[in-house]
Amino acid sequence: MAAVSSPTTRSGGSFSSRFLETLLVQPEGERIRACLQCGTCSGVCPFGYLMVAPPHRLIAYMRAERLDQVLESDTVWMCVSCNACASACPAKIPLTAGLMTRTKEELILAGNVPAELQDALANSQRYGNPLGESPRKRADWAKGFDPPVPVMRKAKRAVEVLWFVGDYGSYHPRVQESSRALARVMRALGIDFGILGPEESSDADSQRLAGERGLFELLAEKNGKVLARYDFELIVTADPHAYNALRNEYPALGISYPVQHYAQFLAARLEELAPLLTHEVEARVAYHDPCYLGRVNGVYDEPRSLLEAIPGLELIEMPHNRQTSLCCGGGGGGMWLDGFQWEKAGVRLSEWRVREAVNSGAEVLAVACPYETPRFEDATKTVDAARGLRVQDIAELLDAAISGQGGQA
Amino acid sequence: MNITVVVKLVPDLVEEITIDEGGLALDTDWLRMIISEADNHALEQAVLLKEAAGGTVTVLAPHAEDVDDVLFAAAARGADRLVKLTGNEESVSSHALARGVFEALGGHAPDLLLTGVQAHDDLDGSLGPLVAAMLGTPYVGYVAGVTLGEGTVTVRKEYPGGLLAEMEVQLPATLGVQVAEQPPRYVAVSKIRQAMKTAEIEEVEVLETGEGEDAGVPSVTRMYLPEAAERATMLDGDEDEIAESIVGVLEELGVL
Repeated sequence: MAAVSSPTTRSGGSFSSRFLETLLVQPEGERIRACLQCGTCSGVCPFGYLMVAPPHRLIAYMRAERLDQVLESDTVWMCVSCNACASACPAKIPLTAGLMTRTKEELILAGNVPAELQDALANSQRYGNPLGESPRKRADWAKGFDPPVPVMRKAKRAVEVLWFVGDYGSYHPRVQESSRALARVMRALGIDFGILGPEESSDADSQRLAGERGLFELLAEKNGKVLARYDFELIVTADPHAYNALRNEYPALGISYPVQHYAQFLAARLEELAPLLTHEVEARVAYHDPCYLGRVNGVYDEPRSLLEAIPGLELIEMPHNRQTSLCCGGGGGGMWLDGFQWEKAGVRLSEWRVREAVNSGAEVLAVACPYETPRFEDATKTVDAARGLRVQDIAELLDAAISGQGGQA
Repeated sequence: MNITVVVKLVPDLVEEITIDEGGLALDTDWLRMIISEADNHALEQAVLLKEAAGGTVTVLAPHAEDVDDVLFAAAARGADRLVKLTGNEESVSSHALARGVFEALGGHAPDLLLTGVQAHDDLDGSLGPLVAAMLGTPYVGYVAGVTLGEGTVTVRKEYPGGLLAEMEVQLPATLGVQVAEQPPRYVAVSKIRQAMKTAEIEEVEVLETGEGEDAGVPSVTRMYLPEAAERATMLDGDEDEIAESIVGVLEELGVL
């Protein structure tokens, strides 16, 4: 079991200097010394204007040996780990993965945790998912498929693709629809896939980015033990956070498997998929780049190639696209801080995004992350101008183009 | 200030509960246990009092699967002493638990004994008043806030209808906690893992079921899920027809 180190609790040196030490040992951590206080990070941060200490000022506090003051404020919880700061930083300082996440870790240890977030973390600890649902019901979304979706423990055979469904894809009623659509698309392609069902735990990437490193390790170890039991060629997931964890974080814990987001997996099979897309989906569609698919992992083209393959569909771009995509607000714990962030901001990031989609002339906002469908759909209910905007996962649009079901889109 | 908290584990209702084949008890194969919600608040209240005024917090818990995890988490939250009550662990009723707690305390009341005001598996009354009677301390239930005084505590007690009473209680006292002044805190997994390495769980064998009248426990003759009564009458038709039917039904019942 990996030890959870919190060198800041060790004696010796000031809190600020001990905190700095923990940053320096992280990948590319030394770069923090190169900060010139240009403030680009805080300018590009969607909620930076509400933080007592947005990223560049956090560094200034640390250098002034006053970082402990920041821990008394709760505004770091406005950070949605969208990686906009890190991606814009001219010195390439790992601001999201390092500075912001480490600061949240200190807040968690100090007990400065908004109540909403506590619930999600406690649920993750107890049930293996932040929604507080029964682990036994994790495969319930797949009921009704004939032949049934194979659950690895019962199937007792090797599969080509192990589908890591993730928390929201498994439990959230709206996102379950996306899961079922993806299952139909994979079936149409003749992909041999299985799921872990009740044995799957949260990938815990968002809990990690919300500062609960120990919980992340606990759940990653559980997933690691389960994955080791089965025979598969590749992990495919619809969740960019699961993709990020499996690709970039699990290997350091000795859990290493080839993994793809479904957009990559399907785009690589576009020759077989395209002839199946026989029904027109007549709609102007804007694609929203999820932070942890696009900005963090560089997957921009595959989702677009899938959308462009759908007959009748017109793909348009919003002003914020690819690397400058606007976060839906669900990352880094944001999914579980909705009330807290609303009280501070009076607005949701998802509301900015649906407004932008409508202003760009989109009829459909296409997404590829399970946080986004419910977040953006909720936003269309609170932003009058976006009432007519439809939010659909790419898998749902592909499914509609294959089956002709689901109306226009 | 010595504060003792009694917590117990109850079936977690996130899982669907089923009745076993005998029809007298829950099917434990599928049960997952969780700290009783009100007990969790009692523990939080104890830790808040300790943080405000010092002292020690002792946690007593009857043995159950996963109870060690609950006790270690309590230590990570600020409890000083962890005690597991063992013995006859089959169906620990509130009466049997009260006798076990009394024995574990050596018959001496701590300054303050806190427990949840109720648990969803209390078939024979709640624990607090039973222990208070044995220890000879005053008891206040439905407590939603505690302030320490000199040899006393001021407690806020909730009444139905949105009424709140403040009352002063002489120590030692026993309180049945409804809610703590703050929601039970989250403890980082790393802190719980630390507690697992450093905290110790003491065990005392004090749980006995008792016989006959001594048991003080009702015997279960049948356990079953709520059964839907077939008393609803569905009214068909358009709005006018339905309105007319409703009037007819009410007249028939003699209400109109």
